[in-house]
Amino acid sequence: MQFFLEVLIGGLLAGVMYSLVALGFVLIYKASGVFNFAQGAMVYFAALSFVGILAKGVPFGLALVLALAVMVLFGVVTERFVLRPLVNQPPISLFMATIGLAFFLEGLGPFLWGNESHEIRLGIPDEPLPFFLSRYNIAISSFDLAAAAIAGVLVASLAVFFQKTRVGRALRAVADDHQAALSIGIPLQVIWMIVWGVAGFVALVAGLLWGARNGVQLALVSVVLKALPVLILGGFTSVPGAIVGGLIVGSTEKLAEVYIGPSVGGGIESWFPYALALLFLLVRPEGLFGDKRIERV
Amino acid sequence: MLYREAGQFKTSYAADQQLLPIRQDRIAFLALLAVAFVAFPLQLGDYWFTALLIPILVFSLAAIGLNILTGYAGQLSLGSAAFMAVGAFSAYNFVLRVPWLPQVVSFLLAGVCAALVGIAFGLPSVRIKGFYLAVATLAAQFFVVWALQKFPWFTNNSASGVISAQPVSFFGFAVNTPARNYLFVLSVVTVLALAAKNMARSNTGRSWMAVRDMDVAAEVIGIPLMRTKLMAFAISSFYCGVAGALYAFCYIGTVEPEAFSLDMSFRILFMIIVGGMGTIMGAFIGATFFTVMPILLSIVIPAIAGGLHLTFDKASLTYLEYMIFGALIIFFLIVEPHGLARLWQIAKEKLRIWPFPH
Amino acid sequence: MFDTRKLRTVRTALAGLIGLAAAAAAAPALAQANEQFISILSFRVGPYGPAGTGIFSGFIDYLTYVNQKEGGVGGVKLTWEECETEYQAARGVECYERLKTKSPTKGTMIHPVSTPITYALLDKTATDKVPLVQTGYGRTDTIDGRYFPWAFPLITTYPMQATAIVKYLAAKEKGNLRGKKIAFLYLDSAYGKEPIVYLQAEAKVNGFELTTIPITPPGTEQGAQWQQIRQNQADYVIFWGFGVMNSAAMKAAQKIGYPRDKIIGSWWAGSEEDTVPAGDAAKGYMSAAMNVSGKTPLIADMEKTLYGASPTGSLQDRGKIGGINYNRGVVIGLITVEALRVGQGKYGKKVLSGEEVRWALEHLDMSEARLKALNASGLMPAMKTSCLDHEGSGRIKIQQWDGSKWNLVSDWIDGNRALVRPLLEQSAIEYGKSKGITPRDCSKEQ
Repeated sequence: MQFFLEVLIGGLLAGVMYSLVALGFVLIYKASGVFNFAQGAMVYFAALSFVGILAKGVPFGLALVLALAVMVLFGVVTERFVLRPLVNQPPISLFMATIGLAFFLEGLGPFLWGNESHEIRLGIPDEPLPFFLSRYNIAISSFDLAAAAIAGVLVASLAVFFQKTRVGRALRAVADDHQAALSIGIPLQVIWMIVWGVAGFVALVAGLLWGARNGVQLALVSVVLKALPVLILGGFTSVPGAIVGGLIVGSTEKLAEVYIGPSVGGGIESWFPYALALLFLLVRPEGLFGDKRIERV
Repeated sequence: MLYREAGQFKTSYAADQQLLPIRQDRIAFLALLAVAFVAFPLQLGDYWFTALLIPILVFSLAAIGLNILTGYAGQLSLGSAAFMAVGAFSAYNFVLRVPWLPQVVSFLLAGVCAALVGIAFGLPSVRIKGFYLAVATLAAQFFVVWALQKFPWFTNNSASGVISAQPVSFFGFAVNTPARNYLFVLSVVTVLALAAKNMARSNTGRSWMAVRDMDVAAEVIGIPLMRTKLMAFAISSFYCGVAGALYAFCYIGTVEPEAFSLDMSFRILFMIIVGGMGTIMGAFIGATFFTVMPILLSIVIPAIAGGLHLTFDKASLTYLEYMIFGALIIFFLIVEPHGLARLWQIAKEKLRIWPFPH
Repeated sequence: MFDTRKLRTVRTALAGLIGLAAAAAAAPALAQANEQFISILSFRVGPYGPAGTGIFSGFIDYLTYVNQKEGGVGGVKLTWEECETEYQAARGVECYERLKTKSPTKGTMIHPVSTPITYALLDKTATDKVPLVQTGYGRTDTIDGRYFPWAFPLITTYPMQATAIVKYLAAKEKGNLRGKKIAFLYLDSAYGKEPIVYLQAEAKVNGFELTTIPITPPGTEQGAQWQQIRQNQADYVIFWGFGVMNSAAMKAAQKIGYPRDKIIGSWWAGSEEDTVPAGDAAKGYMSAAMNVSGKTPLIADMEKTLYGASPTGSLQDRGKIGGINYNRGVVIGLITVEALRVGQGKYGKKVLSGEEVRWALEHLDMSEARLKALNASGLMPAMKTSCLDHEGSGRIKIQQWDGSKWNLVSDWIDGNRALVRPLLEQSAIEYGKSKGITPRDCSKEQ
């Protein structure tokens, strides 16, 4: 029982990390209908820029601000040179453009900052909390809890941003219907720049946490592959959906690996979330919290 | 002036419906075949075969497969490398366990195995569309690679999981030099590409395109959706499977599940984006582009750097390559979403009225 | 109607590119008459790039060092060209074929430093008559030179390494591993799976309980696996990782509180590129090593010669000098140059062909005395190859990370030859059967 709880809690906390990446997807998809495959590359690029700036001797806080500026700049440039020319193209073209963008970032990051693996020290120890360890023999890492808390704060602030501010309302309007938003005077391009900037910020936070967890290396890009089942479960357009989806994916993946894995030789973590997402899609194609699609001929 | 079809009259339906109705096209195609089958093996060295022509042909075949699924039938798939892996391992096992079968037949049967797996993973397409389907095909990609590594039967219980492919023989004729490998691959690819081109022109192809353009409307006019989509998955996986078998036997020489990773699926997708979705020619153009470009860049960039007296370390070169690739993909999507094949088509149309501008 | 503007822009761009390519390709650099050209299939990019940068810089630096200090080998200058393989078989094959054409020696000796590329090149190098050297990786049954005359898994192989680690653990437990639990945590790939058979045999002989736990590549998420290890209460963990999963493992172990000084990694999981990103989590972690780290006399001299006033070294980041991977590259260089020296001893001071280098690789005798003469004492184990034994040594040392550097905690430990050799020979015989190869008769050759 204790082991089950440990795996479950570990899985839930890992799932929160996946949702952080999925959040970026949701933001961009909500506002511009673009499925941004480059989110993983953005997480890597953000983390790498931060570490690169830090390595030049810049203090932590300033490096954070500069890295954020880099990501916002990236968002602006992307909107101007990638999204604007592709405005009325079918969504598949936009998706493939973001794949190209991911490639570009995977080259630009190491080109600017080098290929070495870096460590990020956030000052949060990554060791089991003695409280749980001694009382219940469950190892829960303080870092994971801190990451979950940060993610919670991020989601809460994003929710407030979307609901209570003017820009947030404009974003929701754009997500609903581009043409209607245009017709009442919402500047589409500015909104998209803001969205990509915010997504960049989310990518930076995710990059810092993942980097602190595993080190900043090229393999960080593959976190996007873990975020996709999260998106399917939660729905492409829902921020709470990303969190719930992440929790489900994280916990089921770890539980499956530990309990079902050994009987088939292990290593099922790679495809289990996808199989789960597939089953989900067959039953509920738009995810738990997503918007239902209505097709017309 | 040169390309006009004035004076070429068709006197039978068959002549009217042939693949290449213009005589100049037929001559050009036969010339191309002559160069490919006769001139190249006589003139070119080993490097051209092993490093350029064979990978171009193998990836063209896989790209044709993906084009059938994504370009013609509109089902976005990110799992083509998994079907290639199924083809490669099936071919290995057929050659190993049923040695009396001619190897060509084994390769085709490997394609059939891949087709069956394709149908299994294509079932979700009946209910799911668009990006969701892409994610479902990712499930195929990861599951297949995992299964091939996990169950030792596939690798004949080898300790390391990497197996050397058996030597290829074409009805007793040993295919063991690069030139012979090239001819073998070329023959297979030519036959299958012609088959694909004809399929695209037929009823099947038209129903695929109808499903791609608007599947609700297609269903309304009576096209059986499930059958059409599954047929697309099956045939696409068949092509990818045969390509995988050729990749393992005639190109790399080893059969390893890790080679058929997600990266390869993306490469094939890029090939059809740049080459032209929904065209057979586009598969060839895209495969050529993506095979030749890295080599070209690794020659050109140091030359430019040397010319400008900039020092470049090797790693930066590769990063520049990635950046140029990504930029090129975006460039093509913006400038010509229908790919290089469309540019070729435009060129041909201009040629027909040359020297007049319109 | 037709977008001529589009057509024109793309047409000019393509024409320009083709023109540049033609101009660049028009002047290929061919090796000169009295130069020994070595093809270097390197990887500095991708998930294993950091390790590759260290290794290949070390290799190239040693070749430059020999050129500068001694004017080459026997008066023959060493030249080389690097080609980026990105650790992929397809690129490796292309690089090999391209560099083959650059000199009559077809590249002299190939060091892919990558198991998938090694497998892809195994048959090609045998047909082209170029030796394929796999220092501590690659296809292990190639130690039997009767079936694999052209492939050399020099220094040591994975089974020997795994059994040597077991020996070390046994010594730590005062010679008795009975009743202990050892977990084998491995990358789910050819490299990771290879030692399992041998470890299982060792478990039977020594009486310890072996649990095998795979990690799917790339292995950034290892929480579930380490929780299993904790549940299992393993006494030791033997870790067979590569790339990002190495630092992820140390962090995951810290997360659940597993002591890192009970983890021993393979030599591909034991370099600075693995421990530094893990920070404090790596303190106490041990690994096997087939070459030592640190600025041994040879490395120090190389640093002085190549990175002094007018640097000719290939490293951008000088912090890598003396690291495990850099030194590994130097060891590869040492072996290459020694093979050339031995070959020249028999065939004369000239540019050596692939055949001649192959003979030399089969007659290497890098004894302790020879290593001392090369100023490389202690850098690598003593190595002696022969027709039957393409491995030459089989010994490793165990080292431990103290937070800033690697410290040696053992001397050279030999693997369990009696267990490993028969199994590898069996595998070689089967390979010979499947390919129809008649084994060489080693006693007939000199």
